[in-house]
Amino acid sequence: MLQALADGILSGSIIALGAIGLTLTMGILRFANFAHAELVTWGAYMALAVLGLTGAFLGPIAPFSFGIPLIFATLVAAVLTSLLALAIDWLVYRPLRQHTNHLTIVFGSFGVSLLVRMVILLIFGGAAQYYSRTLQIAVPVLPGMRILPDQLFTLGITAIIVVGLHFFLQKTRLGLAMRALAENPELARVNGLDTRVVVRWTWVIGASLATVAGVLYGLTVQLRPEIGFHLILPLFAAVILGGVGNVFGAVIGGLIVGLAESFAVLIVPAGYKMAVPFIILLAVLYLRPTGIFAGSVGGAK
Amino acid sequence: MSGFAAYLVFFLIVALTYSIVTMGLNLQWGYTGLFNAGVVGFFAIGAYGTAVLVGPDRAQLIGGFGLPFPVAVIGGMVLAALAALIVGLATLRLREEYLAIATFGIAISIQLVALNFEALTGGAQGLVGLPRPLFELFGSPGAYNMFYLCFVAVIAILVYVALEVAVRSPWGRMLKAVREDETAARSLGKNPAAIRLQVFVLGCTLMGLAGGLYVGFIGYVSPLDFLPILTFQIWAMLIVGGSGNNLGAIVGAVGVWGLWTMSGLGISRLLPVAYQSQGGAIQVILIGLLIVLTLIFRPRGLIGETEAVSRHTR
Amino acid sequence: MNTPLLEVEKVVAGYRPDLPIVHGISLNVGEAEMVTIIGPNGAGKSTLIKAIAGVVPISSGRVALGGRDITRLPTHTMAAASIAYVPQTANVFTTLTINENLLVGASSLPKAEAQRRIELGYENFPALKDYRHKKARVLSGGQRQMLAVARALLTEPRLIMLDEPSAGLSPLMVSEVFQRLKALVETGVAILMVEQNAKAALAISHRTYVFAEGRNRIDGPSKSIAEDPEVASIYLGAGGRKR
Repeated sequence: MLQALADGILSGSIIALGAIGLTLTMGILRFANFAHAELVTWGAYMALAVLGLTGAFLGPIAPFSFGIPLIFATLVAAVLTSLLALAIDWLVYRPLRQHTNHLTIVFGSFGVSLLVRMVILLIFGGAAQYYSRTLQIAVPVLPGMRILPDQLFTLGITAIIVVGLHFFLQKTRLGLAMRALAENPELARVNGLDTRVVVRWTWVIGASLATVAGVLYGLTVQLRPEIGFHLILPLFAAVILGGVGNVFGAVIGGLIVGLAESFAVLIVPAGYKMAVPFIILLAVLYLRPTGIFAGSVGGAK
Repeated sequence: MSGFAAYLVFFLIVALTYSIVTMGLNLQWGYTGLFNAGVVGFFAIGAYGTAVLVGPDRAQLIGGFGLPFPVAVIGGMVLAALAALIVGLATLRLREEYLAIATFGIAISIQLVALNFEALTGGAQGLVGLPRPLFELFGSPGAYNMFYLCFVAVIAILVYVALEVAVRSPWGRMLKAVREDETAARSLGKNPAAIRLQVFVLGCTLMGLAGGLYVGFIGYVSPLDFLPILTFQIWAMLIVGGSGNNLGAIVGAVGVWGLWTMSGLGISRLLPVAYQSQGGAIQVILIGLLIVLTLIFRPRGLIGETEAVSRHTR
Repeated sequence: MNTPLLEVEKVVAGYRPDLPIVHGISLNVGEAEMVTIIGPNGAGKSTLIKAIAGVVPISSGRVALGGRDITRLPTHTMAAASIAYVPQTANVFTTLTINENLLVGASSLPKAEAQRRIELGYENFPALKDYRHKKARVLSGGQRQMLAVARALLTEPRLIMLDEPSAGLSPLMVSEVFQRLKALVETGVAILMVEQNAKAALAISHRTYVFAEGRNRIDGPSKSIAEDPEVASIYLGAGGRKR
């Protein structure tokens, strides 16, 4: 029971990081981006590639399995993932924005998700990979609940990012511009905001958070080309559960989805775990389609 | 029959089956603008539904209904329609994207059921040894395949004619109104959400029909025939043929399935065994590129640039 | 009058290039002049000022402000070009606070200058100051109009365009809004507004243009327009009704 709680919060916080980026892009760019989850995979593998190039130039920081090299690799990977997101936006989404049927852009993202996934498979192969082979000893936190130091790190970094992002959205000009754009793009432009710049920063933030989510996933589980494909549904479920455009909602939504997955395994065979987000999604759409916290970026509507 | 001709018959049966799926998708996307990201799920429900209903009694498995093939196919279609209803009722009065997300979700869930609910679906092994309709009337598998090709072709033509009649009827003209100007449609006293639901369920029922036909032909079901890539393949068939064009859907299905089969053959012949999995990735990348590039550069499709298609893009 | 501040020449515009709504309209607005556009529904009044503001694409014709061509400037640079535009509906960000609404309007200014002008705005619109940390969704229609105007003034524009500033307001509120606009013009700002409330608008503006079906019909001093019997026939002829 307690172990399921710990596992649920852990996978929930990774879902939350991915969902924050997705809720921002869905709120501001106004389309369901099927390719967002692939940025998580891309970020994770870019960090692996950078780590492969630099080598472990410094040892791990006890008690974690990683050290400065992985943190450095994550930062570089965030840049590389942001560049991919911007390139996709420029090459695919920009030309598709002219279509009157705005689902054309959803369709485009659906095609892009397949492309990114397959390119990763092509470059890195399908076998599971790890950042480090260091074995960690789980620390007993409570009776019947053991947590690895890396998992504690994951929880801590997620909390820091969520709080930081909240302050960014509330206190900075760019954060304010993002909230304005999410509510009314035309009025934002009339107010003198260059929405293209805001959109670019939205991609950078979403892609960077996806990278962190991917690295944390690789750190606590493993790297596989299907990470993103398996995250598509949990991310959408978390975003819709929390209210599209609502950062805080995405965090809560992510935790709920993560917990529901890990508790469901206690009741139904593990093979059905991936269907849990779909059940949550259907329930939300039937009962409360605006999500628990209806809203636009950064706050309740 | 020579090996090549036999293969061609086999190829055409599968391609025409997919063309029925593509026409179902065309009704949803091409005519009404509904995004179905879980095509393979509805195809699989039709296939598994038919398989369970048509299958003989056997130990450790639920089912054993042994129903006649047409009844079983209709059963599969009803199941596909029910699944569409569940997803459609939840999403069609909401943001358009929600249908895309929910259909993606139901396809994943159906795949999990196919893999894990062994008592019903046979799990990873699938259900084998299913009766093929009227098989005993034909002396050789070759003759039977010829018959089945004609059978599938007749059904595909019937579906084509029915859809052409439907989209030209007052109901069909309403689809355009619903897609292009929701407010206008509502002011005419039409309920756009209800019309969308009808179209969505009808399209998914056609996908279920195709699933049943597929099972009747190959005589077994296996989860390997219902992988997520099939959804992308069907979308490629539709967009290459030009959405909003039923003839284009058929041509696109045959064309894309032909390219897929040939590129698969080419990769297995040319690439060393060690690189086969990469070859598979390249094959899928080609499908992805076909979709994305067609969307950007030829939104009216590669083949069917007819007037019916242009309605969609502007 | 010398060279007009705003010159609009034969502008053709619409949301889709193949379906123009404005078919070659011309008008001008002088410095510190208040100009009203009236006309029946579908006359292209709102579309024209949206086209000037860069919200609706212009397919041909020319717009100039103070002699500078601004026909195809991106929407977000209009404020810097000294034009402010206040839309009719959804003219404030309801999910942002009053202060945040003003901060968005001042986002092109350096921070200290933005703060100074926002404080100045609060002095001119004291009612807003009391609500500064409340979400704009709590404001009434008239207060939203005030907030939108206060926001538009932050960039110190030479011309403010308003789309039906009196829409949905009580008669008392209408006269208050119009008094504020009149006071604004006296400070040297030019105003171009679209109005359904023809009577009130004609009473305070200097000149008036009457549009029908996307074209110029009549223009002249507001006084003479108010007495022109043809104006009524334009409304009736287009099937609209005069208010």
